[in-house]
Amino acid sequence: MSTKGITPLLWFLFGAGGMVSALFFPVHIFLVGLAFPLGWFEAPSYEALHSLVLHPITRLYLFVFIFLPLFHWAHRFRYTLYDLFQIQHGLQMPIAVLCYGAALVGTLMAAYTLFTIT
Amino acid sequence: MGFEVSTSQVPLDGLKFYRRPMSFWWWLERRAYFNFILRELTCVFVGAFAVLTLMQIRSLGRGPEAYAAFIAQLSTPVFLIFSVVTFLSVCYHTVTFLQAVPSIVVVRLREGRVSDRVVAGVHYALWLVASLAVVFVFLR
Repeated sequence: MSTKGITPLLWFLFGAGGMVSALFFPVHIFLVGLAFPLGWFEAPSYEALHSLVLHPITRLYLFVFIFLPLFHWAHRFRYTLYDLFQIQHGLQMPIAVLCYGAALVGTLMAAYTLFTIT
Repeated sequence: MGFEVSTSQVPLDGLKFYRRPMSFWWWLERRAYFNFILRELTCVFVGAFAVLTLMQIRSLGRGPEAYAAFIAQLSTPVFLIFSVVTFLSVCYHTVTFLQAVPSIVVVRLREGRVSDRVVAGVHYALWLVASLAVVFVFLR
């Protein structure tokens, strides 16, 4: 089986996910992971966040926020494993399938969650 | 007798290339190799935060108690250390990624190519605008 046919698609997802995570992840981690838990800013209430997440634009934003960076991870992690562990032909395909497979599972879970959340 | 060329290790359908044996620690041999692996490994934290965000949304959907339990977890030392490492790592990803953009995106205006510094600068400005927009939505 050759991956050549989908290589441009995988590269596009890598690049798009890299851009989304580069622009939006630092501020999200700063707020959710540091500023709110440490009390630097007052965290939004459950009700405020809940109604925010139900808005269609937020759902779309969050889907893109999860979907593209997951494929960015998959593509980069795949090649990091190849380089770091000097992996040659035999193991390359199973690693690729596991990486993109995990990203696909995460994407489907995100789609299901954001579509069904009430 | 004498010299004999072994052909037993050469596959008939192709060539076998010599590979210099490399230590697993090759990436510690040079600063540039180390920076490269550091940059590549930022993707682990990008993936982890995407998953964490999905878990946060799912806890929101399960109601106020589930959400409060999720938020309480984020204040534990383990998660705070995770957040600090993730934040630094993702900032490194942002800087290296935006630095690379001018090599990929070639913008032509009138007669010439827009300089790398301008293309990178526009993307840094986008990062600032995106960050401020997210802060505004979260804190409004």
